[in-house]
Amino acid sequence: MFQEWQDKFVNNFITDDRWKYIADGLVTTLQVTFFAVIIGIVLGFLVAVVRSTYDKTGKLGILNALCKLYLTVIRGTPVVVQLLIIYFVIFGSARDISKVAVAVMAFGFNSGAYVAEIFRSGIMSVDSGQFEAGRSLGFNYVQTMRYIIMPQAFKNVLPALCNEFIVLLKETSVSGYIALQDLTKGGDIIRSRTYDALMPLLAVAVIYLTMVIIFTKLVNILERRLRSSDH
Amino acid sequence: MTTNYGDTLIKVQNLHKIFGELHALNGISEEIHKGEVVVIVGPSGSGKSTFLRSLNLLEEPSRGQVIFEGEDITDKKVDINKHRQKMGMVFQHFNLFPHKTILQNITLAPVKLLKKSREEAERRATELLRLVGLEEKAHAYPSQLSGGQKQRIAIVRSLAMDPEVMLFDEPTSALDPEMVGEVLELMKKLARDGMTMVVVTHEMGFAKEVATRIIFMDEGQIKEQAKPSEFFENPKDERLKEFLSKIL
Repeated sequence: MFQEWQDKFVNNFITDDRWKYIADGLVTTLQVTFFAVIIGIVLGFLVAVVRSTYDKTGKLGILNALCKLYLTVIRGTPVVVQLLIIYFVIFGSARDISKVAVAVMAFGFNSGAYVAEIFRSGIMSVDSGQFEAGRSLGFNYVQTMRYIIMPQAFKNVLPALCNEFIVLLKETSVSGYIALQDLTKGGDIIRSRTYDALMPLLAVAVIYLTMVIIFTKLVNILERRLRSSDH
Repeated sequence: MTTNYGDTLIKVQNLHKIFGELHALNGISEEIHKGEVVVIVGPSGSGKSTFLRSLNLLEEPSRGQVIFEGEDITDKKVDINKHRQKMGMVFQHFNLFPHKTILQNITLAPVKLLKKSREEAERRATELLRLVGLEEKAHAYPSQLSGGQKQRIAIVRSLAMDPEVMLFDEPTSALDPEMVGEVLELMKKLARDGMTMVVVTHEMGFAKEVATRIIFMDEGQIKEQAKPSEFFENPKDERLKEFLSKIL
Protein backbone atom coordinates (compact mmCIF):
# COMPACT_ATOMS: atom_id res chain seq x y z
CA MET A 1 0.00 0.00 0.00
CA PHE A 2 2.67 2.45 1.06
CA GLN A 3 4.89 1.22 -1.77
CA GLU A 4 2.09 1.83 -4.24
CA TRP A 5 1.63 5.44 -3.11
CA GLN A 6 5.34 6.04 -3.19
CA ASP A 7 5.55 4.76 -6.77
CA LYS A 8 2.65 6.97 -7.75
CA PHE A 9 4.25 9.98 -6.13
CA VAL A 10 7.55 9.38 -7.90
CA ASN A 11 5.78 8.82 -11.21
CA ASN A 12 3.67 11.98 -10.90
CA PHE A 13 6.18 14.45 -9.50
CA ILE A 14 9.76 13.15 -9.71
CA THR A 15 10.05 11.36 -13.06
CA ASP A 16 11.03 13.76 -15.87
CA ASP A 17 11.01 16.58 -13.27
CA ARG A 18 7.22 16.69 -13.52
CA TRP A 19 6.96 18.76 -10.33
CA LYS A 20 8.18 21.64 -12.46
CA TYR A 21 4.76 21.78 -14.17
CA ILE A 22 3.27 22.52 -10.78
CA ALA A 23 6.03 24.89 -9.65
CA ASP A 24 6.13 26.87 -12.90
CA GLY A 25 2.34 26.87 -13.00
CA LEU A 26 2.22 28.27 -9.48
CA VAL A 27 4.57 31.08 -10.42
CA THR A 28 2.39 31.92 -13.42
CA THR A 29 -0.77 31.84 -11.33
CA LEU A 30 0.78 34.15 -8.75
CA GLN A 31 2.04 36.52 -11.44
CA VAL A 32 -1.35 36.73 -13.12
CA THR A 33 -3.17 37.17 -9.81
CA PHE A 34 -0.76 39.79 -8.49
CA PHE A 35 -0.90 42.07 -11.52
CA ALA A 36 -4.61 41.49 -12.06
CA VAL A 37 -5.25 42.52 -8.46
CA ILE A 38 -3.31 45.75 -9.00
CA ILE A 39 -5.22 46.53 -12.20
CA GLY A 40 -8.46 45.59 -10.45
CA ILE A 41 -7.83 47.89 -7.49
CA VAL A 42 -6.71 50.87 -9.57
CA LEU A 43 -9.52 50.48 -12.09
CA GLY A 44 -12.11 49.67 -9.43
CA PHE A 45 -11.06 52.63 -7.33
CA LEU A 46 -11.29 55.06 -10.26
CA VAL A 47 -14.68 53.74 -11.34
CA ALA A 48 -15.96 53.91 -7.76
CA VAL A 49 -14.78 57.51 -7.40
CA VAL A 50 -16.49 58.52 -10.64
CA ARG A 51 -19.69 56.71 -9.71
CA SER A 52 -19.95 58.07 -6.17
CA THR A 53 -18.97 61.59 -7.22
CA TYR A 54 -21.81 61.43 -9.72
CA ASP A 55 -24.19 60.11 -7.05
CA LYS A 56 -23.21 62.82 -4.58
CA THR A 57 -22.75 65.88 -6.79
CA GLY A 58 -24.29 65.06 -10.17
CA LYS A 59 -20.98 65.84 -11.89
CA LEU A 60 -19.03 63.59 -14.32
CA GLY A 61 -22.20 62.41 -16.09
CA ILE A 62 -20.50 61.15 -19.27
CA LEU A 63 -17.77 59.28 -17.39
CA ASN A 64 -20.40 57.81 -15.13
CA ALA A 65 -22.34 56.49 -18.14
CA LEU A 66 -19.17 54.89 -19.49
CA CYS A 67 -18.47 53.30 -16.12
CA LYS A 68 -21.98 51.91 -15.96
CA LEU A 69 -21.58 50.40 -19.41
CA TYR A 70 -18.29 48.80 -18.33
CA LEU A 71 -19.88 47.36 -15.19
CA THR A 72 -22.88 45.99 -17.05
CA VAL A 73 -20.84 44.29 -19.77
CA ILE A 74 -18.18 42.84 -17.48
CA ARG A 75 -20.58 41.62 -14.83
CA GLY A 76 -23.03 40.33 -17.41
CA THR A 77 -20.63 37.99 -19.24
CA PRO A 78 -18.54 35.02 -18.05
CA VAL A 79 -14.88 35.66 -17.36
CA VAL A 80 -13.85 32.79 -19.64
CA VAL A 81 -15.63 34.44 -22.55
CA GLN A 82 -13.91 37.74 -21.73
CA LEU A 83 -10.55 35.96 -21.62
CA LEU A 84 -11.20 34.27 -24.99
CA ILE A 85 -12.37 37.52 -26.60
CA ILE A 86 -9.31 39.43 -25.43
CA TYR A 87 -6.97 36.70 -26.63
CA PHE A 88 -8.58 35.60 -29.87
CA VAL A 89 -10.41 38.75 -30.98
CA ILE A 90 -8.70 41.84 -29.60
CA PHE A 91 -5.20 40.41 -29.88
CA GLY A 92 -6.24 37.89 -32.54
CA SER A 93 -3.76 39.20 -35.10
CA ALA A 94 -0.94 39.69 -32.59
CA ARG A 95 0.12 36.06 -32.23
CA ASP A 96 3.30 36.90 -30.33
CA ILE A 97 1.49 38.61 -27.42
CA SER A 98 2.38 37.17 -24.03
CA LYS A 99 -0.38 34.96 -22.68
CA VAL A 100 0.40 36.11 -19.18
CA ALA A 101 -0.21 39.71 -20.25
CA VAL A 102 -3.53 38.73 -21.81
CA ALA A 103 -4.59 36.88 -18.69
CA VAL A 104 -3.56 39.81 -16.48
CA MET A 105 -5.63 42.16 -18.63
CA ALA A 106 -8.67 39.91 -18.73
CA PHE A 107 -8.73 39.14 -15.01
CA GLY A 108 -7.77 42.72 -14.09
CA PHE A 109 -10.57 44.26 -16.14
CA ASN A 110 -12.96 41.66 -14.81
CA SER A 111 -12.00 42.16 -11.18
CA GLY A 112 -12.09 45.97 -11.57
CA ALA A 113 -15.84 45.82 -12.10
CA TYR A 114 -16.44 43.93 -8.88
CA VAL A 115 -13.93 45.98 -6.90
CA ALA A 116 -15.61 49.15 -8.15
CA GLU A 117 -18.94 48.13 -6.69
CA ILE A 118 -17.29 47.04 -3.46
CA PHE A 119 -15.54 50.39 -3.10
CA ARG A 120 -18.69 52.27 -4.02
CA SER A 121 -20.76 50.47 -1.43
CA GLY A 122 -18.00 51.27 1.06
CA ILE A 123 -18.07 54.97 0.23
CA MET A 124 -21.87 55.01 0.43
CA SER A 125 -21.81 53.19 3.77
CA VAL A 126 -19.96 56.05 5.47
CA ASP A 127 -22.48 58.22 7.28
CA SER A 128 -23.31 61.43 5.41
CA GLY A 129 -22.63 63.35 8.62
CA GLN A 130 -18.95 62.55 8.16
CA PHE A 131 -19.01 64.24 4.79
CA GLU A 132 -20.80 67.27 6.21
CA ALA A 133 -18.40 67.52 9.12
CA GLY A 134 -15.48 67.53 6.72
CA ARG A 135 -17.02 70.13 4.43
CA SER A 136 -18.08 72.33 7.36
CA LEU A 137 -14.47 72.48 8.57
CA GLY A 138 -13.49 73.86 5.17
CA PHE A 139 -12.22 70.74 3.39
CA ASN A 140 -13.10 70.62 -0.28
CA TYR A 141 -14.71 67.59 -1.90
CA VAL A 142 -11.45 65.84 -2.75
CA GLN A 143 -9.85 66.49 0.65
CA THR A 144 -12.96 65.27 2.45
CA MET A 145 -12.90 62.08 0.39
CA ARG A 146 -9.19 61.57 1.00
CA TYR A 147 -8.86 62.32 4.69
CA ILE A 148 -12.27 61.36 6.02
CA ILE A 149 -14.39 59.17 3.75
CA MET A 150 -11.88 56.85 2.04
CA PRO A 151 -10.06 55.61 5.17
CA GLN A 152 -13.39 54.62 6.69
CA ALA A 153 -14.73 53.18 3.44
CA PHE A 154 -11.60 51.08 2.99
CA LYS A 155 -11.94 49.67 6.46
CA ASN A 156 -15.60 48.83 5.87
CA VAL A 157 -14.96 46.97 2.64
CA LEU A 158 -11.79 45.11 3.59
CA PRO A 159 -13.54 41.76 4.14
CA ALA A 160 -15.42 42.03 0.84
CA LEU A 161 -12.24 43.10 -0.93
CA CYS A 162 -10.35 40.15 0.50
CA ASN A 163 -13.08 37.85 -0.70
CA GLU A 164 -12.84 39.31 -4.20
CA PHE A 165 -9.09 38.59 -4.31
CA ILE A 166 -9.63 35.02 -3.22
CA VAL A 167 -12.21 34.65 -5.97
CA LEU A 168 -9.76 36.19 -8.43
CA LEU A 169 -6.95 33.85 -7.42
CA LYS A 170 -9.17 30.85 -8.01
CA GLU A 171 -10.70 32.27 -11.17
CA THR A 172 -7.30 32.40 -12.86
CA SER A 173 -7.56 28.62 -13.02
CA VAL A 174 -9.45 29.00 -16.31
CA SER A 175 -6.32 30.45 -17.93
CA GLY A 176 -5.84 27.06 -19.56
CA TYR A 177 -8.51 28.12 -22.09
CA ILE A 178 -5.85 30.21 -23.83
CA ALA A 179 -3.26 27.48 -23.24
CA LEU A 180 -1.53 29.45 -20.52
CA GLN A 181 0.25 26.99 -18.22
CA ASP A 182 -0.94 28.13 -14.83
CA LEU A 183 -1.14 25.97 -11.73
CA THR A 184 -4.31 24.15 -12.77
CA LYS A 185 -3.09 23.54 -16.30
CA GLY A 186 0.23 22.28 -14.88
CA GLY A 187 -1.53 19.66 -12.79
CA ASP A 188 -3.68 18.73 -15.74
CA ILE A 189 -0.65 18.22 -17.96
CA ILE A 190 0.79 15.77 -15.42
CA ARG A 191 -2.54 13.94 -15.40
CA SER A 192 -2.41 13.61 -19.18
CA ARG A 193 1.12 12.17 -19.01
CA THR A 194 0.64 9.72 -16.13
CA TYR A 195 -3.07 8.90 -16.53
CA ASP A 196 -3.32 9.41 -12.77
CA ALA A 197 -5.85 12.09 -11.90
CA LEU A 198 -5.89 11.90 -8.13
CA MET A 199 -2.40 12.93 -7.15
CA PRO A 200 -1.64 15.89 -9.41
CA LEU A 201 -5.10 17.39 -9.04
CA LEU A 202 -5.08 16.87 -5.29
CA ALA A 203 -1.70 18.61 -5.14
CA VAL A 204 -3.12 21.53 -7.14
CA ALA A 205 -6.14 21.77 -4.87
CA VAL A 206 -4.00 21.71 -1.73
CA ILE A 207 -1.79 24.49 -3.07
CA TYR A 208 -4.80 26.72 -3.85
CA LEU A 209 -6.27 25.99 -0.44
CA THR A 210 -3.01 26.81 1.34
CA MET A 211 -2.69 30.12 -0.49
CA VAL A 212 -6.25 31.08 0.34
CA ILE A 213 -5.78 30.19 4.02
CA ILE A 214 -2.56 32.20 4.28
CA PHE A 215 -4.13 35.18 2.53
CA THR A 216 -7.18 35.07 4.77
CA LYS A 217 -4.95 35.03 7.85
CA LEU A 218 -2.98 38.04 6.63
CA VAL A 219 -6.15 40.00 6.00
CA ASN A 220 -7.48 39.07 9.43
CA ILE A 221 -4.37 40.55 11.01
CA LEU A 222 -4.71 43.72 8.95
CA GLU A 223 -8.39 43.96 9.80
CA ARG A 224 -7.71 43.67 13.50
CA ARG A 225 -5.16 46.43 13.29
CA LEU A 226 -7.56 48.70 11.43
CA ARG A 227 -10.27 47.95 13.94
CA SER A 228 -8.17 49.28 16.83
CA SER A 229 -10.19 52.49 16.60
CA ASP A 230 -13.57 50.98 17.44
CA HIS A 231 -13.36 49.26 20.76
CA MET B 1 -34.32 95.03 15.49
CA THR B 2 -30.69 94.01 15.93
CA THR B 3 -28.77 96.71 17.69
CA ASN B 4 -26.09 97.24 20.31
CA TYR B 5 -23.75 94.67 18.83
CA GLY B 6 -20.71 94.76 16.60
CA ASP B 7 -20.56 94.81 12.83
CA THR B 8 -22.76 92.62 10.73
CA LEU B 9 -21.10 89.23 10.37
CA ILE B 10 -23.69 87.37 8.37
CA LYS B 11 -26.41 88.98 6.32
CA VAL B 12 -29.11 86.86 4.77
CA GLN B 13 -31.24 88.31 2.00
CA ASN B 14 -34.54 86.84 0.87
CA LEU B 15 -33.45 83.24 1.34
CA HIS B 16 -35.53 80.46 -0.18
CA LYS B 17 -34.98 76.74 -0.09
CA ILE B 18 -37.20 74.36 -1.97
CA PHE B 19 -37.01 70.56 -1.61
CA GLY B 20 -39.26 69.21 -4.35
CA GLU B 21 -42.75 70.14 -3.16
CA LEU B 22 -41.61 71.52 0.17
CA HIS B 23 -40.87 75.19 0.59
CA ALA B 24 -38.52 74.78 3.57
CA LEU B 25 -37.35 78.39 3.65
CA ASN B 26 -39.73 81.01 2.44
CA GLY B 27 -37.99 84.34 2.03
CA ILE B 28 -35.81 84.92 5.08
CA SER B 29 -33.87 88.13 5.58
CA GLU B 30 -31.80 88.43 8.71
CA GLU B 31 -28.55 89.71 10.11
CA ILE B 32 -26.19 88.18 12.63
CA HIS B 33 -23.88 90.64 14.37
CA LYS B 34 -20.54 90.04 16.00
CA GLY B 35 -20.87 88.93 19.61
CA GLU B 36 -24.52 87.96 19.36
CA VAL B 37 -25.89 84.69 20.63
CA VAL B 38 -28.92 84.05 18.46
CA VAL B 39 -31.10 81.12 19.43
CA ILE B 40 -33.52 79.78 16.85
CA VAL B 41 -36.55 77.86 18.06
CA GLY B 42 -39.62 76.51 16.37
CA PRO B 43 -41.66 73.36 15.81
CA SER B 44 -40.06 70.52 13.85
CA GLY B 45 -40.28 71.09 10.12
CA SER B 46 -40.27 74.85 10.61
CA GLY B 47 -37.03 75.19 8.63
CA LYS B 48 -34.77 76.20 11.50
CA SER B 49 -32.11 73.58 10.78
CA THR B 50 -32.31 74.28 7.07
CA PHE B 51 -31.80 77.97 7.80
CA LEU B 52 -28.77 77.26 9.97
CA ARG B 53 -27.28 74.92 7.38
CA SER B 54 -27.79 77.54 4.72
CA LEU B 55 -25.53 79.94 6.57
CA ASN B 56 -22.44 77.91 5.66
CA LEU B 57 -24.05 76.57 2.49
CA LEU B 58 -24.18 72.95 3.62
CA GLU B 59 -27.66 73.48 2.27
CA GLU B 60 -27.50 75.35 -1.00
CA PRO B 61 -30.21 78.01 -1.10
CA SER B 62 -32.62 77.86 -4.01
CA ARG B 63 -32.77 81.65 -4.10
CA GLY B 64 -31.38 84.58 -2.13
CA GLN B 65 -27.99 85.53 -0.79
CA VAL B 66 -25.84 84.80 2.24
CA ILE B 67 -23.29 87.53 2.81
CA PHE B 68 -20.49 86.60 5.19
CA GLU B 69 -18.01 89.31 6.21
CA GLY B 70 -19.20 91.43 3.34
CA GLU B 71 -18.82 88.77 0.67
CA ASP B 72 -21.68 87.03 -1.09
CA ILE B 73 -20.81 83.38 -0.48
CA THR B 74 -23.70 82.14 -2.60
CA ASP B 75 -21.79 83.46 -5.59
CA LYS B 76 -20.44 80.44 -7.49
CA LYS B 77 -17.09 82.17 -8.02
CA VAL B 78 -16.43 82.42 -4.29
CA ASP B 79 -14.26 79.74 -2.69
CA ILE B 80 -16.76 78.54 -0.10
CA ASN B 81 -14.17 76.33 1.60
CA LYS B 82 -12.17 79.38 2.68
CA HIS B 83 -15.26 80.88 4.31
CA ARG B 84 -16.36 77.65 5.95
CA GLN B 85 -13.03 77.59 7.81
CA LYS B 86 -14.28 80.62 9.71
CA MET B 87 -17.74 79.19 10.42
CA GLY B 88 -17.55 76.39 12.93
CA MET B 89 -20.40 73.92 12.91
CA VAL B 90 -21.58 71.53 15.60
CA PHE B 91 -24.00 68.76 14.68
CA GLN B 92 -26.70 66.88 16.51
CA HIS B 93 -24.84 63.59 16.01
CA PHE B 94 -21.37 64.99 16.73
CA ASN B 95 -19.87 63.55 13.54
CA LEU B 96 -16.46 62.99 15.02
CA PHE B 97 -14.12 61.05 12.74
CA PRO B 98 -14.20 57.51 14.17
CA HIS B 99 -10.94 56.43 12.54
CA LYS B 100 -8.94 59.20 14.20
CA THR B 101 -7.97 59.83 17.80
CA ILE B 102 -9.40 62.84 19.63
CA LEU B 103 -6.17 64.75 19.09
CA GLN B 104 -6.19 63.88 15.38
CA ASN B 105 -9.84 64.90 15.11
CA ILE B 106 -8.93 68.32 16.44
CA THR B 107 -5.67 68.87 14.57
CA LEU B 108 -6.65 67.52 11.15
CA ALA B 109 -8.16 70.72 9.77
CA PRO B 110 -5.67 73.19 11.33
CA VAL B 111 -2.75 71.18 9.94
CA LYS B 112 -4.17 70.52 6.48
CA LEU B 113 -6.07 73.76 5.92
CA LEU B 114 -4.40 76.43 8.06
CA LYS B 115 -0.99 74.88 7.36
CA LYS B 116 -0.09 74.91 11.03
CA SER B 117 2.80 72.71 12.10
CA ARG B 118 1.81 69.54 13.88
CA GLU B 119 3.41 70.77 17.13
CA GLU B 120 1.60 74.07 17.01
CA ALA B 121 -1.75 72.43 16.23
CA GLU B 122 -1.29 69.92 19.02
CA ARG B 123 -0.33 72.60 21.49
CA ARG B 124 -3.50 74.51 20.68
CA ALA B 125 -5.56 71.30 20.79
CA THR B 126 -4.20 70.42 24.21
CA GLU B 127 -5.01 73.91 25.42
CA LEU B 128 -8.59 73.54 24.21
CA LEU B 129 -8.88 70.04 25.66
CA ARG B 130 -7.80 71.46 29.00
CA LEU B 131 -10.49 74.11 28.66
CA VAL B 132 -13.16 71.41 28.40
CA GLY B 133 -11.49 69.12 30.94
CA LEU B 134 -10.82 66.28 28.53
CA GLU B 135 -7.06 66.41 28.11
CA GLU B 136 -6.65 62.82 29.29
CA LYS B 137 -8.77 61.71 26.30
CA ALA B 138 -6.34 63.07 23.71
CA HIS B 139 -5.29 59.64 22.52
CA ALA B 140 -8.64 57.91 22.89
CA TYR B 141 -10.93 57.21 19.95
CA PRO B 142 -14.41 58.74 19.70
CA SER B 143 -16.08 55.37 20.35
CA GLN B 144 -14.54 55.37 23.84
CA LEU B 145 -16.27 58.62 24.80
CA SER B 146 -19.72 59.33 26.20
CA GLY B 147 -22.16 61.40 24.16
CA GLY B 148 -21.53 64.52 26.19
CA GLN B 149 -17.78 64.12 25.83
CA LYS B 150 -18.13 63.57 22.11
CA GLN B 151 -20.09 66.76 21.70
CA ARG B 152 -17.59 68.78 23.73
CA ILE B 153 -14.82 67.40 21.50
CA ALA B 154 -16.85 68.31 18.42
CA ILE B 155 -17.08 71.86 19.74
CA VAL B 156 -13.33 71.89 20.39
CA ARG B 157 -12.69 70.61 16.88
CA SER B 158 -14.52 73.62 15.50
CA LEU B 159 -12.84 76.02 17.91
CA ALA B 160 -9.41 74.82 16.79
CA MET B 161 -10.03 76.61 13.49
CA ASP B 162 -10.50 79.91 15.36
CA PRO B 163 -13.88 80.58 13.74
CA GLU B 164 -15.62 83.94 13.60
CA VAL B 165 -18.97 82.31 14.30
CA MET B 166 -20.17 78.98 15.63
CA LEU B 167 -23.29 77.30 14.27
CA PHE B 168 -24.99 74.75 16.53
CA ASP B 169 -27.55 72.40 15.02
CA GLU B 170 -29.50 70.91 17.94
CA PRO B 171 -26.29 70.11 19.81
CA THR B 172 -27.98 68.43 22.78
CA SER B 173 -30.88 66.63 21.08
CA ALA B 174 -29.06 63.31 20.75
CA LEU B 175 -27.71 63.31 24.30
CA ASP B 176 -28.86 61.45 27.38
CA PRO B 177 -30.52 63.94 29.74
CA GLU B 178 -27.71 63.84 32.30
CA MET B 179 -25.19 64.83 29.64
CA VAL B 180 -27.01 67.87 28.34
CA GLY B 181 -25.73 70.05 31.14
CA GLU B 182 -22.02 69.66 30.44
CA VAL B 183 -22.49 70.64 26.81
CA LEU B 184 -24.66 73.63 27.64
CA GLU B 185 -22.10 74.74 30.23
CA LEU B 186 -19.40 74.79 27.58
CA MET B 187 -21.64 76.73 25.22
CA LYS B 188 -22.35 79.25 27.96
CA LYS B 189 -18.64 79.64 28.52
CA LEU B 190 -18.14 80.34 24.82
CA ALA B 191 -20.94 82.89 24.88
CA ARG B 192 -19.42 84.65 27.88
CA ASP B 193 -16.09 84.80 26.06
CA GLY B 194 -17.78 86.74 23.29
CA MET B 195 -18.11 84.06 20.60
CA THR B 196 -20.74 84.83 18.00
CA MET B 197 -23.17 81.94 18.06
CA VAL B 198 -26.23 80.81 16.17
CA VAL B 199 -27.96 77.97 17.98
CA VAL B 200 -30.87 75.82 16.94
CA THR B 201 -32.14 74.14 20.08
CA HIS B 202 -35.09 73.02 22.15
CA GLU B 203 -33.34 74.00 25.40
CA MET B 204 -35.50 76.92 26.52
CA GLY B 205 -33.51 77.36 29.71
CA PHE B 206 -30.39 77.94 27.67
CA ALA B 207 -32.24 80.37 25.39
CA LYS B 208 -33.56 82.33 28.35
CA GLU B 209 -30.22 82.53 30.08
CA VAL B 210 -27.71 82.96 27.28
CA ALA B 211 -29.43 84.25 24.15
CA THR B 212 -29.10 87.89 23.22
CA ARG B 213 -31.96 87.35 20.81
CA ILE B 214 -34.42 84.57 20.13
CA ILE B 215 -35.90 83.88 16.72
CA PHE B 216 -39.11 81.92 16.30
CA MET B 217 -39.52 80.16 12.98
CA ASP B 218 -42.54 78.48 11.50
CA GLU B 219 -43.39 77.36 7.97
CA GLY B 220 -40.03 78.50 6.66
CA GLN B 221 -40.40 82.04 7.90
CA ILE B 222 -39.30 84.11 10.85
CA LYS B 223 -42.53 84.79 12.70
CA GLU B 224 -41.16 86.68 15.64
CA GLN B 225 -37.93 87.68 17.32
CA ALA B 226 -37.16 89.42 20.57
CA LYS B 227 -34.89 89.58 23.58
CA PRO B 228 -35.43 86.55 25.86
CA SER B 229 -37.52 88.33 28.50
CA GLU B 230 -39.80 89.87 25.90
CA PHE B 231 -39.92 86.64 23.92
CA PHE B 232 -41.13 84.48 26.78
CA GLU B 233 -43.23 87.00 28.70
CA ASN B 234 -44.86 88.91 25.96
CA PRO B 235 -45.13 86.83 22.77
CA LYS B 236 -47.23 88.38 20.02
CA ASP B 237 -47.45 85.84 17.24
CA GLU B 238 -50.32 83.35 17.67
CA ARG B 239 -48.23 80.37 16.58
CA LEU B 240 -45.53 81.36 19.04
CA LYS B 241 -48.03 81.61 21.90
CA GLU B 242 -49.27 78.15 21.06
CA PHE B 243 -45.72 76.84 20.76
CA LEU B 244 -44.69 78.28 24.11
CA SER B 245 -47.76 76.96 25.85
CA LYS B 246 -46.83 73.46 24.71
CA ILE B 247 -43.20 73.47 25.72
CA LEU B 248 -43.13 75.55 28.88
